[in-house]
Amino acid sequence: MATAERYVGGGVLRKEDPKLLTGEATFVESITPPGTLYLSVVRSPHASARVRNVDVAAALEAPGVVAAFNGQDLAEEWAAALPMAWPVTEDIKHPDHWPVAKDSVCFAGDGVAVVLATNRNAAKDAADLVEVEYEVRESVTAIEDALADGAPLVHEAFGSNECYTWALANGDVEATFAGADVVVRERYVHPRLVPNAMEPRAVVVQPVASAGEFTMWSTTQVPHVARVTLALTLGIPESKLRVIAPDVGGGFGSKLNVYAEEALCLALARRLGRPVKWVAERSEDYLATIHGRDLIQDIELAATAGGTILGYRVRLLANMGAYLQLVTPGIPLLGAFVYCGSYGGQAYSLECTGVFTNTTPTDAYRGAGRPEATYAIERAIDTLGREVGLDPVEVRRRNFLPAGDNVPSPGGLVYDSTDYAGTLQRALDLLDHDEVRAEQAARRESGDTRQIGIGFSSYMEMCGLAPSQVLASLNYGAGGWDAATVRLLPTGKVEVVTGSSPHGQGHVTSWSQITADALGVPIDDVSVLHGDTAVAPLGMDTYGSRSLSVGGVALHLACGRVIDKAQKIAAHLLEVAPDDLEFESGAFSVKGVPDRSKMIQETAFAAWTAHSLPEGEEPGLEATYVYDPPNFTFPFGTHICVVEVDTETGAVDIARYVAVDDCGHVINPQIVDGQIHGGIAQGIAAALFEEAIYDDTGTLQTSSMMNYLVPSAAELPSFELDRTVTPSTTNEMGVKGIGEAGTIAAAPAVINAVVDALWHLGVRDVGMPATPERVWRAIQEAERGGSR
Amino acid sequence: MIPTPFDYEVATSLEHAVSLLAGGGEEAKLLAGGHSLLPLMKLRLARPTALVDIGGLDELREVREQGEAIAIGALSRHHDLERSELLREACPLLAHAAGQIGDPQVRHRGTIGGSIAHGDPASDLPAVLLALDAELVIRGGDGERRIAAADFFLRPFETALEPHEILIEVRVPRLRETCGSTYLKFGRRAQDWAIVGVAAVVERTDGRIERAAIGLTNMGPTPVRAAATEASLSGIETVDESAISAAASRAADGAEPPFDTYATAEYRAALAEVLVRRAVRAALV
Repeated sequence: MATAERYVGGGVLRKEDPKLLTGEATFVESITPPGTLYLSVVRSPHASARVRNVDVAAALEAPGVVAAFNGQDLAEEWAAALPMAWPVTEDIKHPDHWPVAKDSVCFAGDGVAVVLATNRNAAKDAADLVEVEYEVRESVTAIEDALADGAPLVHEAFGSNECYTWALANGDVEATFAGADVVVRERYVHPRLVPNAMEPRAVVVQPVASAGEFTMWSTTQVPHVARVTLALTLGIPESKLRVIAPDVGGGFGSKLNVYAEEALCLALARRLGRPVKWVAERSEDYLATIHGRDLIQDIELAATAGGTILGYRVRLLANMGAYLQLVTPGIPLLGAFVYCGSYGGQAYSLECTGVFTNTTPTDAYRGAGRPEATYAIERAIDTLGREVGLDPVEVRRRNFLPAGDNVPSPGGLVYDSTDYAGTLQRALDLLDHDEVRAEQAARRESGDTRQIGIGFSSYMEMCGLAPSQVLASLNYGAGGWDAATVRLLPTGKVEVVTGSSPHGQGHVTSWSQITADALGVPIDDVSVLHGDTAVAPLGMDTYGSRSLSVGGVALHLACGRVIDKAQKIAAHLLEVAPDDLEFESGAFSVKGVPDRSKMIQETAFAAWTAHSLPEGEEPGLEATYVYDPPNFTFPFGTHICVVEVDTETGAVDIARYVAVDDCGHVINPQIVDGQIHGGIAQGIAAALFEEAIYDDTGTLQTSSMMNYLVPSAAELPSFELDRTVTPSTTNEMGVKGIGEAGTIAAAPAVINAVVDALWHLGVRDVGMPATPERVWRAIQEAERGGSR
Repeated sequence: MIPTPFDYEVATSLEHAVSLLAGGGEEAKLLAGGHSLLPLMKLRLARPTALVDIGGLDELREVREQGEAIAIGALSRHHDLERSELLREACPLLAHAAGQIGDPQVRHRGTIGGSIAHGDPASDLPAVLLALDAELVIRGGDGERRIAAADFFLRPFETALEPHEILIEVRVPRLRETCGSTYLKFGRRAQDWAIVGVAAVVERTDGRIERAAIGLTNMGPTPVRAAATEASLSGIETVDESAISAAASRAADGAEPPFDTYATAEYRAALAEVLVRRAVRAALV
């Protein structure tokens, strides 16, 4: 494809934005078929209880109420429990998870009854009238409490709260540690986070009762996965279920799931023969949408006296919550191979135990496993540096894997392309590192109450999920391919159908850029269809920074197939052999005779009329490519955070934030920068602000935006961004993912900076989130205890 | 996020509001800017059966001189206070503090009367009014009464307002030229309530502190004065850093700071000391 690049890499404005900004977008909430009933879910206020009785009689009497059911009433609706697609070990404990609890509830928020009314407020008011008799049991919310002897059992039948233990080993770990000069041991705790997509979840189901057909609109990242799994849960033939993800207002992984309310709307629409709609309230979303993180890490590094890492040994305890949602058990595994980060070594082992607690289930949240892994290694390498007398820059340089293509890692992966020292150097230059260090020294010298710290994160990550055979080896329940169809319409306009389902990323723009350049057509002539299983039946959806490096590559390859066919038609029309033509800027021209040519749009019309086609060629001009990537992609970069810490109050201000990222070739710089901005913001949020806190009774205390602290622009600095371009070797576009990189990189940069600011005072660690009080306490303790 | 059903009435005058409120039953509430009440209703923590909307009563939105005092209509928005030339000149502490409430949207909707009448010890203006020795004007069915801000706040979300009374005006004194003042707010996010806030008014003569008035936000079940600090500051030299620090170390004496997901009581006490010291210094500049 020798088409000149006109759009890819350029500053193309997002095609999606005008309708979003003018209120013309269609969100699930704005869809209300005639006769819709509104669903309200009655939720348990108790973290653990036997449900003795659920009486819906009073609710049925309330104005506007059409129906109300408890878990027993609905038991016959389910052909199977809610789906869990990633049983990571053969002996994993997997509790049945029913859309409405039948006889016991396992977290505060578990549904116990449903009320349907002709308007939303009536449903909500009537839900208050459902009488539930609970026999409250002891509950447990924290990982280590759940593993303690005599801990309350989340699921009595299992006899313990251990869900699974999964292990990985490369090289001779024991010998490596035994022979090491230095062993660094660290423990890190990742708080539980609430994803907080801007649009809360919502579902609408419209039945065609006479045909047994259902259309479901859902705020989902995964319409294709939802269709397969909900067909199984409901016992509906998959062919009779159409799932549509219209405009979706963000997900961050929380909508990479299949939820009770989706199953409920389907079951109730089937039962009542009317459309059923459910829209989460924000506070309901806090309870009933998955949470992220909640992990305890023990990481050990074995190293030489010179600071060269030889081995890694990692032990993880991961909070599953009360049930296993779609991919709950697998989240730690997505980070399990990259606890070595950007660094070398000869031995690597990791063991992860999943733990049930009486909490909202955890699952994928932006970065899913990799922010945790990156945090551990990027913090531990600082500690190693201090042990052996190397500064953060030098200890990283000494351990970086070499720059190159297809670089094997201690974790057993092969990184597609690397240049870790390159991004570190660029970031140091941008920062003017020496000047900031000098200012830090001056403040230390003067005993200023505002101390400066510099924190580094030379992260790498694995994304672009994923080679299907690798997923098979991890016992994942689906493939990692994606699909694209490119269709030239008779008028020469282009329809792209993608299996990747956007929810804010800007696929329509990026896919238009790729297509317009490949086919040599104006970008406005390209339409992108997505998020509807009837329009785009083939797809694996959007998560794990996979869209471009899987779905985008599929599109690129589908364009190639269309051009091949168009070339044959053009050759036929020009009465030459296909090989006599060259394709440039949308025109097939005879080599050496440039004025003998056919535009690709003309071949589309010819393919449609089919009046004169090459022998054996089918009418129509479209092609589909289903692409299964041969490897992940491995973006990387260096982020440097400079903080000012008020040593009297513990307040942390971010003074500078420099990020140099490398995601290979860039399709749309503005979209990439936007992803990095948002990603960093979410990483900083984890480092300094956000924490889901349960009280002793298992009640989520941080259950609204009033006390779960999502930072705003006012709390964040201006990010200073730059990038290097090291093309991926995984795909022929040379592209990598970028949707999660900022979040993966940011938290350790921030916390390393906080620790660096206070190191001279004797502070050795500050937990996340580094709230003013946590920082203040760390300073107080250091003052009392002296330095370690 | 969906309130329970309620009746809604719009008051067209203060008299009308008084009668609507009186006729609205036990659970009738006034709606002004709505920035305290509506969130509670959406969480169903407040379940008023009737709302009397006084938001349109512009007669209660004036900031004017009243003898030696500045009279502020209860429906003045925080933004009005922040931008009032009169307040900036005569009582800059109130304008300064109002500018730190919430975010611009909150400041354009939220009212001083609502903020005071809500009785939230975490709100900024109550402590400011304590430090200013403000006076509140209240209208009920039986006419007007006045009450000192110091006597107004009883318990969290509970004030000296009787069920069918309306807070109509706040009166603050004109600060003398020898007075410096500031409000220091310590919070996690721009739009959050203060973890601790400190309103300080410091009057000096001949190089000495003549009088200090310090109000504390979120350091107890009601806004409180840092009385021990105030007493210690009285008479010391304005350049005596160690005496100021010693006085500040008594900032939390007698206070009962709360413990919540934002901070422990111990941390709040430590924070109060630091912020009081800084506020006094700032007021002396």
